[in-house]
Amino acid sequence: MNSSFLHFSSITKKIWMALLGLFLMLFLVVHLGINLCLLRDDGGKWFRAAAHFMGTNYIVKIFEVVLFGGFIFHILLGIILQLKNWLSRPVRYKVTNKTPTPFLSKYMIYTGAIVLTFLIIHLFNFFFIKFGWVSTHVPALDDKEPDFLGVTRYLFSQPAYSIFYIALIIGLGFHLYHAFQAAFQTLGLDHKTYTPFITGFGIFFAIVIPLGYIIIPLYFLI
Amino acid sequence: MAELNAKIPSGPLAGKWTQYKDHQNLVNPTNKRKLDIIVIGTGLGGASAAASLGEMGFNVKIFCYQDSPRRAHSIAAQGGINAAKNYPNDGDSIYRLFYDTIKGGDYRSRESNVYRLAEVSNNIIDQCVAQGVPFAREYGGSLENRSFGGALVSRTFFARGQTGQQLLLGAYGALSRQLKLGTVKLFNRHEMQDLVIIEGKARGIIARDLVNGKLERHFGHAVVFATGGYGNVFYLSTNAMGSNVSACWQVFKKGAYFANPCFTQIHPTCIPVHGDYQSKLTLMSESLRNDGRIWVPKSKEDAEKHRKRLIKAKDIKEEDRDYYLERRYPAYGNLVPRDVASRAAKERCDAGHGVGDTGLAVFLDFEESIKRLGKHVIEERYGNLFQMYEKIMDENPYENPMLIYPAAHYAMGGIWVDYELMTTIPGLYALGEANFSDHGANRLGASALMQGLADGYFVLPYTIQNYLAGEIRIPRMATDKPEFEEAEKRVKDRIRQLMEVKGNKSVDHFHKELGKIMWEYVGMARNEAGLKKAIELIRALRAEFWKDVRIPGSADELNPELEKAGRVADFLEMGELLAFDALNRNESCGGHFREEYQTNEGECLRNDQDYMYVAAWEYLKEGEFQLHKEPLKYEEIEVKQRIYK
Amino acid sequence: MRLTLKIWKQKDSHSKGKFVNYSLDAISPNCSFLEMLDILNEQLIRQNEEPVAFDHDCREGICGTCSLYINGRPHGPDDAVTTCQLHMRKFKDGDIIVIEPWRAKPFPVVKDLIVDRSAFDKIIQEGGYISVLTGGAAEANQILVSKTNAELSMDAAACIGCGACVAACKNASAMLFVSAKVSHLGLLPQGRIEAKDRVKKMVAMMDTMGFGNCTNTYACEAECPKLISRSNIARMNREFICAKVI
Repeated sequence: MNSSFLHFSSITKKIWMALLGLFLMLFLVVHLGINLCLLRDDGGKWFRAAAHFMGTNYIVKIFEVVLFGGFIFHILLGIILQLKNWLSRPVRYKVTNKTPTPFLSKYMIYTGAIVLTFLIIHLFNFFFIKFGWVSTHVPALDDKEPDFLGVTRYLFSQPAYSIFYIALIIGLGFHLYHAFQAAFQTLGLDHKTYTPFITGFGIFFAIVIPLGYIIIPLYFLI
Repeated sequence: MAELNAKIPSGPLAGKWTQYKDHQNLVNPTNKRKLDIIVIGTGLGGASAAASLGEMGFNVKIFCYQDSPRRAHSIAAQGGINAAKNYPNDGDSIYRLFYDTIKGGDYRSRESNVYRLAEVSNNIIDQCVAQGVPFAREYGGSLENRSFGGALVSRTFFARGQTGQQLLLGAYGALSRQLKLGTVKLFNRHEMQDLVIIEGKARGIIARDLVNGKLERHFGHAVVFATGGYGNVFYLSTNAMGSNVSACWQVFKKGAYFANPCFTQIHPTCIPVHGDYQSKLTLMSESLRNDGRIWVPKSKEDAEKHRKRLIKAKDIKEEDRDYYLERRYPAYGNLVPRDVASRAAKERCDAGHGVGDTGLAVFLDFEESIKRLGKHVIEERYGNLFQMYEKIMDENPYENPMLIYPAAHYAMGGIWVDYELMTTIPGLYALGEANFSDHGANRLGASALMQGLADGYFVLPYTIQNYLAGEIRIPRMATDKPEFEEAEKRVKDRIRQLMEVKGNKSVDHFHKELGKIMWEYVGMARNEAGLKKAIELIRALRAEFWKDVRIPGSADELNPELEKAGRVADFLEMGELLAFDALNRNESCGGHFREEYQTNEGECLRNDQDYMYVAAWEYLKEGEFQLHKEPLKYEEIEVKQRIYK
Repeated sequence: MRLTLKIWKQKDSHSKGKFVNYSLDAISPNCSFLEMLDILNEQLIRQNEEPVAFDHDCREGICGTCSLYINGRPHGPDDAVTTCQLHMRKFKDGDIIVIEPWRAKPFPVVKDLIVDRSAFDKIIQEGGYISVLTGGAAEANQILVSKTNAELSMDAAACIGCGACVAACKNASAMLFVSAKVSHLGLLPQGRIEAKDRVKKMVAMMDTMGFGNCTNTYACEAECPKLISRSNIARMNREFICAKVI
């Protein structure tokens, strides 16, 4: 196998896309778990504990790097695949394709771009604050740990930000809607009996996870 | 005048092929590399021959006019391929397959060739299974068989309704493997234009690159023709639009004999004609006759009402239906051979019992089978055919019986070849439908695939060595020899001539006109007066063609009209030979039915006394042909009247 | 029926092409799509104009020669048919029909609506077969194949190599075509022997030829005239992983 991932065969690239995608979905679940702690009426005790754990645990720190790598690799591969795909049809059709296909499947690069936008904003808001690169209106709790709960409350209390946040999360939902079963298809995990379940679960996942995320700004807004 | 020597090996029939192989000349491996073979056509015969010859170590060049070798018209064969495996334990044997084929051919084929065909039929199935042809299987995993017209046993292997496709893809795979290995070179979108003969032997061809119109010269120590049949002489046929007689016609003009051109097969189960814009007739596999029953209304009034769309088939009561095949031929019923079924349909329609808008159709009814077996079984067996029918006719064949009518389908006649498949031009071979050898006056269903593959895999690779062994001292020739020069000039001249006519009518116009003449006078039923008239009409049409055809564009580009023009020009000459041969054969046999020669019951009346021969025609000049006879001797088989009652 | 046609015209692979408008009268709804083009060409020849070049041969949906991207769909608006099996009854009187050639980098236009699909042949040459010498085969019934696998294999083998999957795919991916061959042979015991090599080589050639990547839009499956299933693509992915990893 060639060492450079640029020279991976088309299917190898796709397999990495799928594996990383599934890994990132797992991350979404964990992240949502922490976020939902915000809903507890305990003055942010659980959330702070979780944030503290995530911020200090060494295994989590290692995973943070893996996660970052995963994101970057997933995004880079996505872009490389897309460029190749565009190059594969240098002369476009005059009439747009009317083949009946699942609507969102054709727009993965665009929904992916939305997710990327979200990610960048997210990084601004949290990691950059954490590393002290970006100042915030909310004072830190002590010298070391920024007050994420405070930041969260501050941001979500601004309707414009919340609406923006919700819109981007819906974009993530669109991305997931196609991604889940497509990942299984790419990994060759296709089966007469189980594939309908996977497809169904994928849809469930793509609706429930974003909903979970959306509840939080709504909670703070209302 | 070349001597018509079929070179049949001596000895008892069953041992002839073994005896031949044991004593023939072979070419040693180092010499094979020095020998070039040209193969024209990539159907079952061509692809299998090229692949086998490539494997053996020869240098092969293969040509096809299609964009890919996988598109040759063998792909369209639906029903199946015969072999004497006797898997169903119903009493089949090599002898029985041989016997059925000879009888099916109405005793007009060469005994030794047919026996060899039956003998190698089993190897074909082995070969194809090893190649991964997905034949139908029984639940236990073994191969499944079904029955076909003209046989009392089930010996037909099949891959749904796409057997030809699967067999061709097998051969195409074998060919692709050799292309990768470099032993075979492919020239797609190339059409053979002329044969180059040097010192009396076939030594190469002139081919036209259809994309840029350039003429190319190719040398070969031998040339193999697997160019298919001439069914398109009828314009409307089940053949592909590009199927043509041109390659065969060029070599016919150069001295190869054309045998039994009047033996053309009209297939009984095709979708009827529906308009004059129609370009093609679609075949509904003969296998449908396994479960479908053919009938027409007993009364002309009902038929008339159906023609006027006043009633549907379902409205006609059981007792008012005439299952004429079951009535006339109780032993074989709906599974009588094709020629018999076609004529019976024509007879009923001519008598005023025809149905459908034009009255030129009969019913093929699955009602009873659906009741007996269930719709799902019928769907599993014929699903794709039913779907195809519905797409074309806009009617659901599960609910209403199919409308079918005979259509031109297959050419039993072709280039005359000897036992070795060599034509009367040394070094020129003809395989599959392009030759005349195995099917006599009528081909049984599922035998064409068998013959194409038998010739390509198991016969030619042996017999061609017998010739090439004598050619090992001939070095590869340069293509600037005067013979190449001259052949190319002739092709150029002809193309220029065609382009220069600049008349008013399209090529298709002439093709359609020719088709009408051929179908009317040289079709399912022929008579002396009609044939004579046909010859006159064809001559007139040909003259008009050369005065009034219009070919747009130029000759140095991709020009489909020019391609068609060349083919139609040849059909316009070939049609005349076909009529000539039909006129000469004063008897009825198989697909050749002369109205003057029939029994009281309307069956074929053969004349074995005077016509038990292969009519091999030699070209003298335009419209003039010399007859040579190859007498047919039956040593093993007792010649009888062909009865399917 | 009266129709307006907008057809891509291009002299040869080097020239630039453009759309040309044609109008047709009195087309019978029972006419097939290619017969409609025949009528157009007949009319053009009469008017001393250059006819439209298009690929076609068997006209019964099995040779895979015909192509055409009709109003945004390969093989036109009907499902499970090739263009030659498409009938004019699927259109309405007064329709405007835009006809384009297959568009993909590995399918360059040869003339007008004709494209060069030899990239498919190249892929098959890499291993779309079982390596067996003529005459060297064992008795056929020594290889048993379960009915289920034989049927699945036949489903995949039904591919006619027309290229509609590539034409329909937004990425011009050939995965359905390649996977159909990989599945056809891979599902049979006689095809297992070379299975790993086959999938690796065929995929490599598919990439070399310049086809795009599969992004699981399943447009290929939706347009396949032979209803080849996307589960073949999953099977090929599976085979590919096994071939690379195991």
